[in-house]
Amino acid sequence: MKTVMYISVFLVLVFVVTIIWTIFSKGLGSISWNMISKVPGPDFNTSDDGGFLNAIVGSLLVVVPATVISLIISIPVVFYITLYRKRTDKLSYIARLAYDVLYGIPSIVYGAFAFTVMVYIGMRASLLGGIVVTTFLMVPMLIRSGDEIAKTIPDEIHEATYSLGATKYETMKVIFRQALPGMATATLLAIGKAIGDAAGVMFTAGFSDAIPKSLSQPTATLPLAIFNWVTMPDPFPDRAYSAALVLTVIVLILSIGGRYISNRFSKNNL
Amino acid sequence: MDKSDISSLTVRDLDLFIEDRQILKNINLVIPNNKITCIVGPSGCGKSTLLKTLNRLIDDTDGVRYSGEILIGGKNILAASGPDLIELRRHIGLVPQRPCPLPMSIYENVAYGCRIHGLCKNKKQMNEVVENYLTEVGLWEEVKDRLNSPAGKLSIGQQQRLCLARSLAVRPEFILADEATSALDPVSSKIIEDLFVKLKEKYTIIMVTHTLRQALRIADHAAFIYFGEIVESGDAVKVFKNPEKDLTRKYLAGVFS
Ligand SMILES: Nc1ncnc2c1ncn2[C@@H]1O[C@H](COP(=O)(O)OP(=O)(O)OP(=O)(O)O)[C@@H](O)[C@H]1O
Ligand SMILES: [Mg+2]
Repeated sequence: MKTVMYISVFLVLVFVVTIIWTIFSKGLGSISWNMISKVPGPDFNTSDDGGFLNAIVGSLLVVVPATVISLIISIPVVFYITLYRKRTDKLSYIARLAYDVLYGIPSIVYGAFAFTVMVYIGMRASLLGGIVVTTFLMVPMLIRSGDEIAKTIPDEIHEATYSLGATKYETMKVIFRQALPGMATATLLAIGKAIGDAAGVMFTAGFSDAIPKSLSQPTATLPLAIFNWVTMPDPFPDRAYSAALVLTVIVLILSIGGRYISNRFSKNNL
Repeated sequence: MDKSDISSLTVRDLDLFIEDRQILKNINLVIPNNKITCIVGPSGCGKSTLLKTLNRLIDDTDGVRYSGEILIGGKNILAASGPDLIELRRHIGLVPQRPCPLPMSIYENVAYGCRIHGLCKNKKQMNEVVENYLTEVGLWEEVKDRLNSPAGKLSIGQQQRLCLARSLAVRPEFILADEATSALDPVSSKIIEDLFVKLKEKYTIIMVTHTLRQALRIADHAAFIYFGEIVESGDAVKVFKNPEKDLTRKYLAGVFS
């Protein structure tokens, strides 16, 4: 049994190290300031004219608003199914079931579904489409972790604040405070997953060499850019590795940041 | 509400059901002022439920229904709602079984109640309140140099005293304690016990305990509950040393626990 565990841990480590090492060694070897500071020039597909700033900014333009919107949607839902929960309450049972189903749906299905809807209402692939799909992707992740976090908050907290004469609203504020570090971690991890997801934005955000100027313009994103450069008839592995490096660094920063926050606070609070 | 208004606590004809199961049956009880009243009885007999009914925390339980009266100072707790209920709860402090510091600093934990009720006019007054109540529970010397560090870092025994200070800071007349020492080491338990004895000069204390020795040591008044009914209540010495009812005698002899 122990041997099996060691082997599994070893395998996981080998995966992580290989992936990171490949991305870093190849990415660092090929990345240049030009690539991350310039948008593609007219001759981008045949030479080193320009960079992929459009994809970096595009990814952020999709993910940052999606994060904000999903938090605005998920936090009240979490409060509803936890604080106002009654074990017999049908609505919170249905809400839980719904987010579990949503959580399990692969992003390509979201993308395809959103695409169908967009075609139906005559909308073109755009930044807005990307934001909407990414929001759909993040909401179940956030509700799910929010629900888990809420379960770890002891009932005694409500009892303590109520018995001090706090109102429901004041109690909610304390609980929010208690949940904040966990929620911050969960959010960072969700962002990490969302920013690296190519399938969701493939049909909905489209692609563009320019940084979008409005919600209705299509936008490039990092995962799609990588996909394009690798699958082109004349591939650009250098660019793909550089973009992969940028993406990996963003995700690494988010996950390490998440761990840091949760470690720091779990030691401090309770 | 004037302090003299809230002078005694009387439970009258209390019946309580959870999901159609009767948990408390026809409870009649008078809690004397400035005394320690101990509620004892076997596990599951309804002690915690009774305590939670006294400050209406029981409302958070699914499918709960109750009738009867719990009077403090002529007001019926069971009929209160909205702002009245909140005001009533403020007069009844709670020391939980497991200490539960709020996710904030030591200082803010004690100041919390004052903040939400606007009891302190300025920072200076707030500092006084915090020092005052931390001193009252004997924690001031231990924590005065780290008031701003998170309350969760204190030891369990210290946390329990902090919870007590937090409750006292909203100036209650009653303190409810549900097995408040059961999660603590013997030394910390003793400290809390001694505190209760000291605090009864200013507060009326109602505590649930499983430790009969503890009840014997500090109780003035006692009530024995069995299957949701009060079997016997009255002077602690009488109830514990010379009970009237057979059931009480059996319980004290450790026939069932
Ligand atoms: N939320 C609830 N839902 C259903 N039944 C409950 C609930 N809370 C308590 N009960 C029931 O009410 C009865 C009394 O419980 P209570 O917690 O008041 O007992 P207790 O005397 O405090 O016991 P202990 O000494 O073990 O703490 C028990 O039979 C318990 O099963
Ligand atoms: Mg109990």
